[in-house]
Amino acid sequence: MISAILVMAAIGLVLGGILGWASIKFRVQDDPLVEKIDAILPQTQCGQCGFPGCKPYAEAIAKGEADINQCPPGGADGVNRLAELLGVEPKPLGEGLEAKPKSVAIIDENTCIGCTLCIQACPVDAIIGAAKQMHVIVASQCTGCELCLPPCPVDCISMQVIKEDVVNWKWRYPIHMMKRAA
Amino acid sequence: MNQKLYTFNGGVHPDVHKAESNATPIRTMPLSARYVVPMRQHIGEPARPVVAVGDRVLRGQMIGAAEGYVSTAVHAPTSGRVVAIEACAVPHPSGLFDLAVVIEADGEDQAIAYQPLDWRSLDPSALRNRMRDMGLAGLGGAVFPSYIKLNPGAQKIHTLILNGAECEPWITCDDRLMRERAPEMLRGIEIMRHALGCQTVLIGIEDNKPEALAAMRAAAPAEIEVVAVPTMYPGGGGKQLTYTLTGVETPTGGRSTDVGIQVFNVGTAYSLYRAVEIGEPLISRVVTLTGHVAQPGNFEVRIGTPLADLISAGGGMLPGASGEIIGGPMMGFDLMDLAAPVTKAVNCLIVKNPKFFPIKPIELPCIRCGACARACPADLQPFEMYWYSRAKDFGRAQGYNLFDCIECGCCSYVCPSHIPLVDYFRFAKSEIWEREREKRAADLARSRHEFKAFRLEREKQEKAEKFAKAAEKSKAAASSNADPTAPADPDAEKKKAILQAALERAQKAKESVAPKNTENLPPRVQKEIDEIEARRATVEATTETKE
Repeated sequence: MISAILVMAAIGLVLGGILGWASIKFRVQDDPLVEKIDAILPQTQCGQCGFPGCKPYAEAIAKGEADINQCPPGGADGVNRLAELLGVEPKPLGEGLEAKPKSVAIIDENTCIGCTLCIQACPVDAIIGAAKQMHVIVASQCTGCELCLPPCPVDCISMQVIKEDVVNWKWRYPIHMMKRAA
Repeated sequence: MNQKLYTFNGGVHPDVHKAESNATPIRTMPLSARYVVPMRQHIGEPARPVVAVGDRVLRGQMIGAAEGYVSTAVHAPTSGRVVAIEACAVPHPSGLFDLAVVIEADGEDQAIAYQPLDWRSLDPSALRNRMRDMGLAGLGGAVFPSYIKLNPGAQKIHTLILNGAECEPWITCDDRLMRERAPEMLRGIEIMRHALGCQTVLIGIEDNKPEALAAMRAAAPAEIEVVAVPTMYPGGGGKQLTYTLTGVETPTGGRSTDVGIQVFNVGTAYSLYRAVEIGEPLISRVVTLTGHVAQPGNFEVRIGTPLADLISAGGGMLPGASGEIIGGPMMGFDLMDLAAPVTKAVNCLIVKNPKFFPIKPIELPCIRCGACARACPADLQPFEMYWYSRAKDFGRAQGYNLFDCIECGCCSYVCPSHIPLVDYFRFAKSEIWEREREKRAADLARSRHEFKAFRLEREKQEKAEKFAKAAEKSKAAASSNADPTAPADPDAEKKKAILQAALERAQKAKESVAPKNTENLPPRVQKEIDEIEARRATVEATTETKE
């Protein structure tokens, strides 16, 4: 009886020791939640969520300090993906926030006075220029955040919606003839 | 000649409708008044226009240069004047406009001097550059720049397959080309073989084209095998033909080059012959005009010819026409605008009528019969992909190898519920591509934003360091002034010495300079000088006292 208990205890100790050692030795470094949330956010860096950029917003969501529906550029699709990641119910975008069509900023070169204020405001350094030199926006790097609009003293920056062309055109969702017939 | 053939799974037997257009020889289109030559006629980057509005161009002159690696040149189809470089209607399922050079023909059809090439003595790399400038792209429909496909690269190509299967119903342009121009085509094949350095060459032709088979067999040398493959749609798909001829399957997500096989369309071989041995760039191709027109047939059409002109050349539409299809009925798309031109990708124009192209029946619910899976030549499960694509669950649709779908349309063809399965797959594919584009843009924005934050931090630090240094220096200077007995640092000592030396030098120079014109002066001038000297003396005295 006693020997059986001792044997079982010894086996338990040995196996427990192995498991404990393995859990430290083979620990999988899981992706932190912040990184996963940040990967879903559109990286517009526009601050419409009330945080200074996408990463701080991701951190706030991870801590539970911010809601998942504060990101207009991500749109309903982004909210749904965040909801799926965090295991919560999707919800419509927060009040006063609305998704706009994708756009890029354009500088009117005739009006620009070369003040560099927009360059300082651009979160992704997509504006090229120097003091008293004409500025230009690199369209392929512009996220459409609109942060360059308020600082411009001469209002020479405007947002232009990206037009559909044969490259970014998408096949439409097939129309449901079933529904139409019903 | 007894080649063993393999049979791929699936496939369908739609009505071929070849007889409408394959009975008459290839006709040459009369010159049009206006040509619209799009800059994007191939997969990859569009060509960059190298002419200006108002320029006179000649037939075969390059009007768009290849831009980037996956690109090829574009040429003027006839002589004339460039009247516009603007967005024009193009044959695209969206009906959107794209950049094109519009040429008004002068009717002279004057050509540049064509320069034939002695390709046997040329190294393959120079030959490929030539093909890029000749605007060659695959004429089977995918229009991939040919010069890239002729670069064996790291993968050794052991087999070259020429695709003359032409499995799509209604289309007969390759059939007629093989019947009429087999010897020239085989010279093109020789050039391909030279560029790829491969041994085996197989020409696959469906057995419903006996005349083409006979013509090619008559023209082919002994080492090139012309193989009759069973008529079965989509037997002319690149992967399907490769399997039929060699029994080698193309790996998922890969190309046939991954298994050492390269596939070209027979029409491309003919254009290659013209480009290399005649020196004529790709400015025309054979297009099938068929369906509900007066005189269906095949036409040698200049690239850029408006499709409306092609229909007039075929005697015009018959009454009761109900639209046009670009390409075949299985994989083609509805044309939005007859002003769109013939491009390198356009192999067929079908004018529809309600008899052969009835209005699509109403879509019914999927009954899970599995007919689509049995018909799929790519061994996929279309019904699974359909459910997930319809639910916009693109990740799961991709999990069922959505991107191995060749969009052949067999599943839609056999579906008893008339579900447009391929439309769902195309929709899902373009959504996934869009997401990938967005993800790349987001990654770029993230890294640029992070770099900006890093840069601002670095600049702040640098500034702080600079201030700290300046503050330290001024403090040190102040302390040395305040306490002369304090041991001065050797640096300051040295500087002081240098300063002293400079002062002494200046003093010496001052003394050594003798005043000029100071003798025998008139009393008035002497007096003036004396006054000035006196003033100077007082000033010097005051400054000294100040110090």
